[in-house]
Amino acid sequence: MFKKILIANRGEIAVRVIRACREMGIASVAVYSDVDRAALHVRKSDEAYPIGPAAAAESYLRIDKMLDVAKRSRAEAIHPGYGFLSENAQFAQACADAGVKFIGPTPHSMKLMGSKTSARQQMEKAGVPFVPGTSRGLASPEEGEEVAERIGYPVMLKAAAGGGGKGMRLVHTRRELHASFASAQSEAQRSFGDSEVYIEKAIVNPRHIEMQVLADEHGNTVWLGERECSIQRRHQKVLEEAPSPIVDPEMRRRMGEVAVKVAQAASYTNAGTVEFLVDPQKNFYFLEMNTRLQVEHPVTELTTGLDLVHLQIRIASGEKLPFAQSGVEIRGHAIECRIYAEDPDNNYFPSPGKITVLLQPSGPGIRRDSGMYEGWTVPMDYDPLLAKLIGYGTDRRQAIMRLERALYEYFVAGIKTNISLFQRILGDADFQAGKVDTGYLDRLIAKSNPAVTSSAPQREIEAMEMIAAIAAGMFAVLDPASSVSKNGGTGAAGSGPVSAPCGWKQAGRSDALR
Amino acid sequence: MTYEVIVGGKARRLELEKAAGGWACRLDGQPVPIDAVITRRDVLSLLVNGHAYEIKREQTATDLHLWVGRSRFAVELRDPRSLRSRQRAAGDEKGPRKVLAPMPGRIVRLLVAENSEVEAGQGIVVVEAMKMQNEIKSPKKGTVKKVLATSGAAVNSGDVLAIVE
Repeated sequence: MFKKILIANRGEIAVRVIRACREMGIASVAVYSDVDRAALHVRKSDEAYPIGPAAAAESYLRIDKMLDVAKRSRAEAIHPGYGFLSENAQFAQACADAGVKFIGPTPHSMKLMGSKTSARQQMEKAGVPFVPGTSRGLASPEEGEEVAERIGYPVMLKAAAGGGGKGMRLVHTRRELHASFASAQSEAQRSFGDSEVYIEKAIVNPRHIEMQVLADEHGNTVWLGERECSIQRRHQKVLEEAPSPIVDPEMRRRMGEVAVKVAQAASYTNAGTVEFLVDPQKNFYFLEMNTRLQVEHPVTELTTGLDLVHLQIRIASGEKLPFAQSGVEIRGHAIECRIYAEDPDNNYFPSPGKITVLLQPSGPGIRRDSGMYEGWTVPMDYDPLLAKLIGYGTDRRQAIMRLERALYEYFVAGIKTNISLFQRILGDADFQAGKVDTGYLDRLIAKSNPAVTSSAPQREIEAMEMIAAIAAGMFAVLDPASSVSKNGGTGAAGSGPVSAPCGWKQAGRSDALR
Repeated sequence: MTYEVIVGGKARRLELEKAAGGWACRLDGQPVPIDAVITRRDVLSLLVNGHAYEIKREQTATDLHLWVGRSRFAVELRDPRSLRSRQRAAGDEKGPRKVLAPMPGRIVRLLVAENSEVEAGQGIVVVEAMKMQNEIKSPKKGTVKKVLATSGAAVNSGDVLAIVE
């Protein structure tokens, strides 16, 4: 087993891996950019080294700096977390060359899965079901038209090197295809430095369900159950759950077996996730493989009783999987809410800044994986994920009840968060019935966005408004000091009258005159 | 202490007086028996007729929200004796209005020049934070009197970016 591991990441995932290291008696090495000196992962680590400026390209994405810290600290292995360098085959290769174990798959598997077209070609050979389309980049828009005629509109144009929705175009008719092809190509070139674009039949409002796999370096591969990840916005997942409300044991077994086939076709090792699109008839199609630990791995941990980070480390150190497929049992239900620093009143735009108050939930069936603390300033330079709140129960209904209770206790002040969005999702009838697809969240948000997030009857809302009115006054008289803000106005976001001082400040002043 | 409190689009008159052992509260003239304790910054324990509420306050440079149970309310508090409060209540659409940065970030683009005419909701500047670009819009139709934002500069939440009159 390793004695020391470097965590080439920040935020909640770095804290997650550091905790696993401490549990396993392994020393942890953190890295931090200039704006992350006070970050939680630095506080929790055994050793920490600076790696440069805030911009990720000059710090968390620098392969040379990571290997330099590994050398200085004599770390034997590197855990890349998710994002940043986690799916960078060059980094995995550089680690191997430097004699440091990369906790993840081999550079070869990563390269194969990194290009969507090469992954498709490989999977085609292995007999994996995927969405009808081309497995090679399109030579011309005319070729695209030909394929689209054959598979039927609507079609999706996709960048081979793509991710995060970039270089993707939904095309409904032949007329749109030329222009969409050109714009997808140029966006792919700009975003990934690779203009290769391929075509697939578009499945409108599909579900997005993924299967966790784990493979050791001795040829053993198992699947650990699916995660329902259809609740997304701007191609970013917002809420995930395991198991999926629509997957029965038979479908789970079939998906699991396909996922294992995908992993084996890529000679895959360590933890990985095979993503599927699922149509309304419950046909599932291979989408891509994520060659890293996923953000949403805790829901699988809670429903299998396994610790995926422990297992990743054990596999990387050469151990065999300590169980076979028959030893994997799915129990209970888990749901994860991704707490983002986002402003629900401003189209969920990121909202960095200082956390002035933080009240965190606990109690039965609640797990919190967090990278924040009270008094910490959330930097504006990285993605807005602050923490993950995961609810667990004997069934889906109990998991929802526990999460609703925990969200009721959760409070973050100083910055805006999307906590209120989860109250809306969990209270929504369609969600409770398990009727979700990738268009669900946009539809929910497009419904009038009430200031009041509960579905309580009008009379109750009015009663609560009265309570809010009294509370506003009591805050003003009892806690005026912290209410004073330097710029005026308590009106609509983003605008305020010129030179009207804040109402709270006025209250404080007139109080002082008494 | 008398306030005008606006919650859910309705203005309510709130009177709070120090009384023996606590506060005497009248809401729209009706007495309401209350007991209130600040348990920590931004967290108020409020008892009303035996019902217990933990009220949480979210306040930024630009707005104020209160959580009551599972519900989040946008709240505006005015002191009716204040001239400015009255002016503001009377004519939000009149007079110059500030365009404020709703979050810390970096100015990536200016969309209008000084003295140009803008419509309500038209983009004034683009602020980038956490790899996303956000168009900050004009609060009213009018003329851009001043542009204080400069391209490339870092801004804090609540900083004045421009003034529209």
